[in-house]
Amino acid sequence: MTKKYKTFRGGLHPPENKAGSAHKPIEDCPLPAELVIPLSLHVGVPAEVCVAPGEQVLKGQMIGRARGLVSVPVHASTSGEVIAVEPRPHPSGKVLEAVVLRPDGADTPCDRVGEDQVHDWSATELLERIREAGIVGLGGATFPAHIKLSPPPQKPIDVLIINGAECEPYLTADHRLMVEQAEQVVRGSDIFRRVLGAKRVCVGIESNKPDAIQAMRRACTAAGMEVVVLATKYPQGAEKQLIFALTGREVPRGALPMDIGALVQNVGTAAATAEALSSGMPLIERVVTVAGPGVAEAKNLRVRIGTPLAHLVDYCGGIRGNLAKVLVGGPMMGAAQLGLDVPVVPATSGVLLLREEDLVLRPEGPCIRCGRCVQVCPSRLCPTTIAAYARLGRMDEAKDYNAMDCIECGSCSYTCPSAIPLVQSIRHAKASILAQRKKH
Amino acid sequence: MDQKLYLSSPPHIRAEQSTEQIMRAVIYALLPACAVAVYFFGLPALRVLVLCTLACVLIEVLCQKLMGRPLTWRDGSAALTGILLALNLPPSSPWWLVLIGAVVAIAVAKQIFGGLGHNPFNPALVARVVLLISFPVQMTTWSAPSPWGSDFHTLTTATPLGEMQSAVMLTGELPAALQQNTLNYLLGNMGGSLGEVSALALLLGAGFLFWKRVITWHIPVSFLASVVVLAGFFWLLDPSRYPSPLFHLLTGGLMLGVFFMATDMVTSPVTPLGMVIFGVGCGLLTVLIRLFGGYPEGVSFAILLMNAATPLIDRYTRPRVFGTVTAKAKA
Repeated sequence: MTKKYKTFRGGLHPPENKAGSAHKPIEDCPLPAELVIPLSLHVGVPAEVCVAPGEQVLKGQMIGRARGLVSVPVHASTSGEVIAVEPRPHPSGKVLEAVVLRPDGADTPCDRVGEDQVHDWSATELLERIREAGIVGLGGATFPAHIKLSPPPQKPIDVLIINGAECEPYLTADHRLMVEQAEQVVRGSDIFRRVLGAKRVCVGIESNKPDAIQAMRRACTAAGMEVVVLATKYPQGAEKQLIFALTGREVPRGALPMDIGALVQNVGTAAATAEALSSGMPLIERVVTVAGPGVAEAKNLRVRIGTPLAHLVDYCGGIRGNLAKVLVGGPMMGAAQLGLDVPVVPATSGVLLLREEDLVLRPEGPCIRCGRCVQVCPSRLCPTTIAAYARLGRMDEAKDYNAMDCIECGSCSYTCPSAIPLVQSIRHAKASILAQRKKH
Repeated sequence: MDQKLYLSSPPHIRAEQSTEQIMRAVIYALLPACAVAVYFFGLPALRVLVLCTLACVLIEVLCQKLMGRPLTWRDGSAALTGILLALNLPPSSPWWLVLIGAVVAIAVAKQIFGGLGHNPFNPALVARVVLLISFPVQMTTWSAPSPWGSDFHTLTTATPLGEMQSAVMLTGELPAALQQNTLNYLLGNMGGSLGEVSALALLLGAGFLFWKRVITWHIPVSFLASVVVLAGFFWLLDPSRYPSPLFHLLTGGLMLGVFFMATDMVTSPVTPLGMVIFGVGCGLLTVLIRLFGGYPEGVSFAILLMNAATPLIDRYTRPRVFGTVTAKAKA
């Protein structure tokens, strides 16, 4: 059945659990009493704060200046008073510097240049606007978009891939975005295409989102872009797997997609870019799926960056049952949180609430060598062997078995009947190997 | 926040099938074969099955108590070994033979190596082969099948494979009658170990394992295909001396070996290519031993030999890592 759609080898199909929110239109989440906007919103260097407590700021005003190349500025997501600049819990699990903002309720935007001239801008101008707008990859890796969109001239991009796979269970934010704002996704993709000078643009969408496929097809045809239906399979949205499914090209080990002329951007990033460049308002919000058996009603929400998770959960009717685990992201790769006080950041594609009874707390058993981890590994590794070496501290052997090629999708741990934390052990091996490399 | 939250690294969900469920599924899959064995060989067969299963579980518990390890008999692997071993024994096996077999399987072949997941050889097969070599008379005394309800008589008989081998040795020719019993072989109406008898019942169980996705096609298909090809080669060469591939498929422990012993996860390779090589090796060795070896039956030896090769096969069949682009493709 999966054969007729494009895909990669390996992977698996966990229960999708998307029915709770797949048909729910995106709602605007009201402003919370307090916004906590971390100065680390992406993988690069944290921004440098440029406001002080007591200061009044306007919606879209810069509150953190970009520092260095791999960095973008941070903006206030509404108007109000800066009440503190202090370390606060961050979804990464660390406590990081953040600007705490008390909204004044007026949501007054700061002055922005009339930006209807998107069509006249050159690639350089577009890139500069993208950087100024604080656009980062909204697929989860949050790499600053302007860097990714400026490959060296000797590595031209001929195919731009727009990632609408959304292969994580429960998450439907990208799905709804494609259904409701297909035009905007296409406009954003077109901006990327112009910046890159790419000949071909394809949007990859999993087969389980027929309404999104339809909406995107309609919008893409006019713009000369293609929509490709992908098999519904995890991790279909992983960059290298997606490129292979759509182009048949394999990103060489240790190389980047640009080395084979491909570049991947998430549908959310495309929509945010189109929005920011046409309205002049920088990235101050994103669509978040709130789902899971632990929440009263699953919803897709347009949320201001900095909104505490607790506020989202309240808006969805609150907690249902005995809350046991809070995840930011999907169940396959998301990060478990210490509490609901962490804010929404650009990487927050979903908030997942699980109850005690939803957790699989199976004790770990011995490896019975069933080979399932080998069969599902999209990188085609032998996870059980790498993990076994990693646990023995034999990192050289782990490296020999190509531990560094692991994309950490967690398919091996998911499928293991003995509940062995394979991907964790491989991550440990990767960290040790990297540390070893740095020493030399 | 007053609730206590669980913190762990992803993934946060897990596939349904656990090790216990896999073991249980294999046990269910063996039940038709057990039923056929009891139908054809009556109470003695039931006695061997029950005794062997109980003995294996008890010995597992005893070993783990002695070694101070946590008790794991609930995972079902010891019971499964017990059933598999019973299916590898003649229906007339005396109780002490069964007990020795259980000790060899669980204590020697499994627990000494560290228990489930660590044994290099299939425990039930190790036990079968040890018994076959140590007690050849008891291990090759075959009762004639006497379907439930018919008069019970303790006739002894030969297995089709045994008959074949002695006939070929004595006369240089296959007895004609041997090749005409296909339907009886398929149903299990012949002499043999408990689980050798009915190819049909074993296929039914194998279907269940495929349906539950406990086993993949790699080992069974390559095993069966290589048996058919090699047996077919000899058959075409001299049909008066070598039996047809169909005869090979339906007699002896082939079906049991193909679907339930060779596919033992612990002792077979983990890589898909490795599984195919393993299956082909099993198939070729089985036919060679059956036709040219000292024992009429070759499946057990073939699988054990390939078990020994498993680490090596795994080492040399690592999948090509995604992104390993050849020089040509790069250019």
